[in-house]
Amino acid sequence: MRGNSVLTTLARWLGAFAAALALAGSFATEALAQQPLRIGFGMSLTGPLAGNGKAALIAMEIWKDDVNAKGGILGRKVEFVYYDDQTNPATVPGLYTKLLDVDKVDLVVSGYGTAVIAPAMPLMMQRNLMFMTLFGLNVNSKFNYDRYFQIMPAGPEPAIGWTRGFFEAAMGLNPKPKTIALVGADAEYPHLALEGARVHVKRLGLKVVYDKSYPPNTTDYSPIVRAIQATNPDLVYLASYPPDSAGMVRAVNEVGLKTRMFGGGLVGTQFAALKTALGPLLNGVVNYELYTPELSGKFPFLDAFLKKYQERAAKEGVDPLGFYLPPYAYAMMQVLDQAITATKGLDSGKLAEYIHTHTFDTFVGKVGFAKNGEWSEPRVMMVQYNGIKGNTIDQWKQPGVVTVLEPGPYKTGVVKAPYQDAKH
Amino acid sequence: MEASTALVVNAIIAGLLLGGFYAAVSLGISISFGMLDVVNIAHPAFIILGSYVAYIVNDRLGFDPILVSVVLSPLFFALGMALYRIYYLCFEKRGQESLRGLAFFFGILFITEVTLVLIFGVDYRLVTTAYSEVTWRAGDIDLPMRLFVPFLVSIAMVVALQLFLTHTFFGRAVLAVAQDQLALRLMGVNPVRVKERAFALSIATAGVAGAFLIVIQPVQPSIGREYIGLVFAVCVLGGMGSIWGTLIGALVLGIAESFTSTFFGPSWAPAVSFGLLLATLAFRPSGILGR
Amino acid sequence: MSNRNFAIVAFAVAIAFAAASQLVPNEYFFTAAYVVLQFVILATAWNILGGYTGYVNFGSAAFFAIGAYSTVMLYNAFKAPLLVMIVAGTLVAGLLGLGLGYLTLRLRGVFFAIASLALAVVLYTFVVNWDYVGGARGAYVLQPREVPFGLPRYIHLLYIVLVLEAAVALVVARTIEKSTIGRGLAAIRDDELAAECSGVPTLRLKIFSATVSGALMGMAGTTFPFYLSYIEPSSAFGLSYAVNSIAMPLIGGMMSWIGPLIGAVLLGTVQQLVQVTISSAWNLLIVGVLLVLFVTLAPNGIMGWVEAWRKRRSRR
Repeated sequence: MRGNSVLTTLARWLGAFAAALALAGSFATEALAQQPLRIGFGMSLTGPLAGNGKAALIAMEIWKDDVNAKGGILGRKVEFVYYDDQTNPATVPGLYTKLLDVDKVDLVVSGYGTAVIAPAMPLMMQRNLMFMTLFGLNVNSKFNYDRYFQIMPAGPEPAIGWTRGFFEAAMGLNPKPKTIALVGADAEYPHLALEGARVHVKRLGLKVVYDKSYPPNTTDYSPIVRAIQATNPDLVYLASYPPDSAGMVRAVNEVGLKTRMFGGGLVGTQFAALKTALGPLLNGVVNYELYTPELSGKFPFLDAFLKKYQERAAKEGVDPLGFYLPPYAYAMMQVLDQAITATKGLDSGKLAEYIHTHTFDTFVGKVGFAKNGEWSEPRVMMVQYNGIKGNTIDQWKQPGVVTVLEPGPYKTGVVKAPYQDAKH
Repeated sequence: MEASTALVVNAIIAGLLLGGFYAAVSLGISISFGMLDVVNIAHPAFIILGSYVAYIVNDRLGFDPILVSVVLSPLFFALGMALYRIYYLCFEKRGQESLRGLAFFFGILFITEVTLVLIFGVDYRLVTTAYSEVTWRAGDIDLPMRLFVPFLVSIAMVVALQLFLTHTFFGRAVLAVAQDQLALRLMGVNPVRVKERAFALSIATAGVAGAFLIVIQPVQPSIGREYIGLVFAVCVLGGMGSIWGTLIGALVLGIAESFTSTFFGPSWAPAVSFGLLLATLAFRPSGILGR
Repeated sequence: MSNRNFAIVAFAVAIAFAAASQLVPNEYFFTAAYVVLQFVILATAWNILGGYTGYVNFGSAAFFAIGAYSTVMLYNAFKAPLLVMIVAGTLVAGLLGLGLGYLTLRLRGVFFAIASLALAVVLYTFVVNWDYVGGARGAYVLQPREVPFGLPRYIHLLYIVLVLEAAVALVVARTIEKSTIGRGLAAIRDDELAAECSGVPTLRLKIFSATVSGALMGMAGTTFPFYLSYIEPSSAFGLSYAVNSIAMPLIGGMMSWIGPLIGAVLLGTVQQLVQVTISSAWNLLIVGVLLVLFVTLAPNGIMGWVEAWRKRRSRR
């Protein structure tokens, strides 16, 4: 009796086990056919650029959810493998070698900013990988890599395309301005932007009466503004990062800067934090934007995306407007999606060739790439802030506080000059 | 670059205002390092902590940050007492303060900074006060309230501290501890208790200085590190253990930075300040008013 | 073990590591190991002035960065060969250590610490304003397309260079430790006044210690631009170098050459792991907490525990 029950129990267990194996096996073969498409990247989740990094990540995750809802790419579900690069270039080689050699992802894209894109370039070039990057200013000019792509709309000569709008608007002033003060932070983006500005200055025959930079941790900007005022410039071009953008705008208001046009390259006023903190202090400032509500309706689906983004961002404590990186981070993934689907695979050579030779329909419009991987045409907007009242955020969500000056197709008005009068 | 009088005068004023702020920031180090010989390089971390505390209350309840920080300074006082207790038990008692005490405070600096990052993130925080956008003008001379109000309160704090040290019993005990601990003990005063309270006072001043900082400029957790060198520079320049010295040192540094910014380019300003420090250390280590 | 034998063993181990690494298939090992080795050198170098002599240097980043930037200069000027750049960077950093030491070592230890911090700021400002090395915009230093010695990738060469540099640093540290100089330094650390009274040439020894320490830290930085291909001041002068070069010897034990090695390998590896597992804001928090814990509870570091345990065993 006992022996029988042992045998029967054993048989039962074996049977169950075999059945389980068979089931698992069938799942496995199914799973193999639907191996997820893993995209790897480093992103600034901590460190000075974390605000942007987190915003970009949200946009990319919204893209991932959208794409997976439609069945993935080439039938494969998209998954992300990402690490925090701490906005520190020193982490990048380690992170990307881990992604490629240990995690064995299918595709990599970059993190945000020149500082974390450049260190990854040698690795990409060694392995001949296609590299889609997020907002680095003119990285490829040093490497000349033909499989590098950049989603920032600065155009084939980034520093020049980035700064052109300010000068186009300035040259529309009557009488034409003659002198200019150039000022910026001691950091990579402002340096590059100012170099671009100098090209325009030379082209237009303007005279430079002030050309200095300041350290990023300056406490008081009024000595700088006063020194600029002492030269009585017609134009003041500022290239700055968020903390000094705020400091300079405040100092300019405190000192009562008198000039015909002020602004140009301030990073930070595109996000909610500075828009609300500075509020009416921004009136009259001319600056670049990548998106304003004046554009709503012109780019299909973008408005719906922004609403989705804004919901998630509010929950996660990230920039609630999403007018800067998020649409472009999404667009970057759209380009990849379309290229992979069209070439039916992940071969870097074919992908690179496809991206070079086609234009893509994205949330930010039709995107085409030049030979060096930058956009074939610049599409940075130059705007002037006006009519800002108080420090609320809702006024920024509708049209009305911004006049789009450049480029032509999106223009809604002309610049009000001089700056001290445009404040009201 | 033509040096018109207005430009020079404004540069001096800006330098003085900035110097007042630097004095508030360095006051604590003047006490903890100058008088108590405790190298608290985590001091800037407490300044930043003060900034964030002021920010939170200002954000939620709208009270003026400087007022808030003065009201909440007992909290920082208590924090300082606790910190000194640990420092004393682990280091001073064992005679290990030079190397390990330094490392200890370095670690505290980092822990505070990273904890703030984890809680608040790295976005810059600003406060808005009734006076942050007001500027008094007299002809070509500008006096921004954003700098002037902290300057006034800071001077008040310096004077108050100096009076406290010279005219109260406890204050004089602190001065005595700085001069000769053994003698103090022989007179029946517990030097550890005195040092504890004095150190707590230094941390309390850090909390108030933090409010000044966030009124003057936007704050994020890692900017504390930029002030480590500055606070020590001010104390060394002014002379260790002298409150007036700290004030003078701070004003000198503020004016030097302001002049460099205005006339030579702002990017040289930090080099000037620290160059001054290195020169002082090399040639007159006792500072301007030092003993 | 005599100095010569130790040196032989150290280099033999280094060569063994170098050869064995060729068996590792993935590149992640090299990129991570590079960082850990960098810290081994920095920690060992710091300890010569810190642990042996008792003077805390907060400006490790300055010496590290000057090594990196002298490489940038030579690269921009004449694309010098790697060995030349390494030697040059080491010498320049050594000179910096000499200068700083000469200016400030006549004062109390605390002033040296503050001066080292000030030095880092001054140097940072100079670099930021100097366009030839890229200033704030940063400089690109491109890895050569062809890897010398037939190695598969450039990072392998960097790894081997660092392994050898680490061996050099350890040999130098141990040689100093066991020599008369080392005993003089220990005397200074324990009681400078007494040492001076006993005839120890304290100033000369301190300056020597600062020079060697600085030189080795610079050596660690010389290959860094190639590792990243892009170097800019705020990351080259990053404060994490200063914290780690203090934390690692402290945790490992500051009395001998083994301590920094253990501390660097342990802490460095932990940091690399944390970087790719949990969020990295915790990375720095871990370093800070470990630093504080060790400094309060285990002042002699891991080697201190080992020594205490050995003593207890021998008593039984």
